[in-house]
Amino acid sequence: MKYASLKKVNLNDWLGHLKKKAKLYAPRKKENLFVFRQVKEAEDVCLEYIPTVLPPKKYYFPQKEKLFKFSSQPFKTAKAIDKFEEFILFGVHTCDIAGIQCLDVVFRDAPEDPNYLNRKDKMTIIGIECLKYCDKYANCTSMGNHVPRGGYDLMMVDLGEKFIIHINSEKGEKLVTGLDYIKEASEADMGLLERVREAKKKIFKEEFIAPLPNVYNIFDKSFASPVWKDVGRRCVACGNCTAVCPTCYCFDTQDELELSLDKGVRSRVWNSCQMDDFAKVAGGEDFRKGRDNRQKHRYYRKFKYPVDKFNRYFCTGCGRCTRTCMADISLIETVNSLLAEEKLQ
Amino acid sequence: MLEREILLEKMRTTPYLPMKAKIIEAQMVTDKEKFFRIQLENKINLGHIPGQFVMVSIFGFGEAPISVCSSPSDKGYFELTVRSAGVFTDRLHKMGKGDEIGIRGPFGKGFPIDNMFGYDVMIVAGGLGIVPLRSLIRYIMHNRNDFGNVQILLGCRSPRELLFEEETKEWMKRSEIKFNCTVDRADPDWKGNVGLITTLIPGVDINPTRTYGVVVGPPIMYKFVIVKLLEKKIPDHQIIVSLERRMRCGLGKCGHCQIEGVYVCQSGPVFTYSDLKKFKGECHEKAV
Repeated sequence: MKYASLKKVNLNDWLGHLKKKAKLYAPRKKENLFVFRQVKEAEDVCLEYIPTVLPPKKYYFPQKEKLFKFSSQPFKTAKAIDKFEEFILFGVHTCDIAGIQCLDVVFRDAPEDPNYLNRKDKMTIIGIECLKYCDKYANCTSMGNHVPRGGYDLMMVDLGEKFIIHINSEKGEKLVTGLDYIKEASEADMGLLERVREAKKKIFKEEFIAPLPNVYNIFDKSFASPVWKDVGRRCVACGNCTAVCPTCYCFDTQDELELSLDKGVRSRVWNSCQMDDFAKVAGGEDFRKGRDNRQKHRYYRKFKYPVDKFNRYFCTGCGRCTRTCMADISLIETVNSLLAEEKLQ
Repeated sequence: MLEREILLEKMRTTPYLPMKAKIIEAQMVTDKEKFFRIQLENKINLGHIPGQFVMVSIFGFGEAPISVCSSPSDKGYFELTVRSAGVFTDRLHKMGKGDEIGIRGPFGKGFPIDNMFGYDVMIVAGGLGIVPLRSLIRYIMHNRNDFGNVQILLGCRSPRELLFEEETKEWMKRSEIKFNCTVDRADPDWKGNVGLITTLIPGVDINPTRTYGVVVGPPIMYKFVIVKLLEKKIPDHQIIVSLERRMRCGLGKCGHCQIEGVYVCQSGPVFTYSDLKKFKGECHEKAV
């Protein structure tokens, strides 16, 4: 089976089924925003949502993650996590799936990161395709992430009365087989899917004023652009943009001691290149001074450096950095300013 | 070779887990720097290349990247020289013979010792830069016939800050290497040169195409020394530097050591001047 179909009335039955298989995380409403949470009641799951405050990264690259346990007297180390648990991410947008693909490349790159890979191994991804824009902040079309591009086990598309589900892995197939309410998709369903995709083309338009290869090229030329000064002037160095980014993975390590001051745990915690001590060494030299340079670095880590290294853009187009920015720094605006500057010259 | 494989396997499966190591010798060598001789558990050799670094762990205090200052030809142990400059290094300074610490590594790319085979070597060390360079110098001494003429230029702020005093005295005596030393500020007993390290470079006699210029020192020093080496007509790819950066993982992940798209902990800390020239503006050490 390549495509399956599920009537919307049976969605909660399926969620109940998935919940029994593994820990199930899905989007739900929290005040006026959305978050990924473990599903207790199927009714809480909300599939019409704008990108959650934090991307599902918190499940496969936790904000604080134990690396190992230690004791100094005698010198001993031990594994901190005995077992990694199976879990399902449900209702993930295509932009966030692109984010997972990015982190896959990073942590698979030698020397590989066993913590990430162990978690990833236990993860099942069930995506949902967006049929309309979440809000004005997203730039997923320019990044090509408004449509599914792999990286998931199952992908659901809302066809009105029912969902059509693309089966992309054996792991995914196991979650839709043997259930009387999930059937193989009919030809009529497939026709409907095509029409939905066709209609989508009229809604989703590139948000940058130039195609992506031009964006890459502009970054090659914009190291000294005045745009960075402007962004730096507005930035308050809070680090929100990096915390909510699905492809930011910089971290710090932290030791915590028990009251005995002997035993403890070393963890890694999210860190942000926007913090002023991020590149400072003990001798006092700060190798990335100024908010302008630090913001520039963030942008280059999305549009230039990873393209050179992995042939992959690390901006997924989710729009979170713009949505969360206290100083109204807009990613679309910044990139377009760089592009416009080039046109003027 | 087997030991190297044990280390690599360890890195692959548990890259964050430090190995147990014991300090077998420790002494203050200046007011601010302490020297440590360290033995890994089961006395396995670190198997590093001169210029590589290790992550030193003190549980409860964290981890820091430290250059190895012994040569891989010094077997059964390795050595570090550490300046007390923060919470972690202050704590390390309080440790002594018999104390246990954690070690991960060796990490990064070392000096291109195989490429330097048969070439003349001109070493320029400023301040603490002599620490990683001592590893290279000792390696050259132990394999002296593999290299052409060797000269060492050493600079530091004052005679009191001169590291490896006994060894430098010996280097001065040895006829097969030339050794020159200068201090920024002399004291009454100082009989050597006074002035910045750059003042020593014009006077040295080299055959530039046959010479590797290896420079390590404080960030501010590089651009001035590199200019002098370029004036001497040493080709870009034969000017070698080692860069200091903040590091947390050593695995090319945590992001702290990045210069533009390059992770110093994996692609460095040793770079050629040709590498530095590719940076667009984030590399402080690049000569303009």
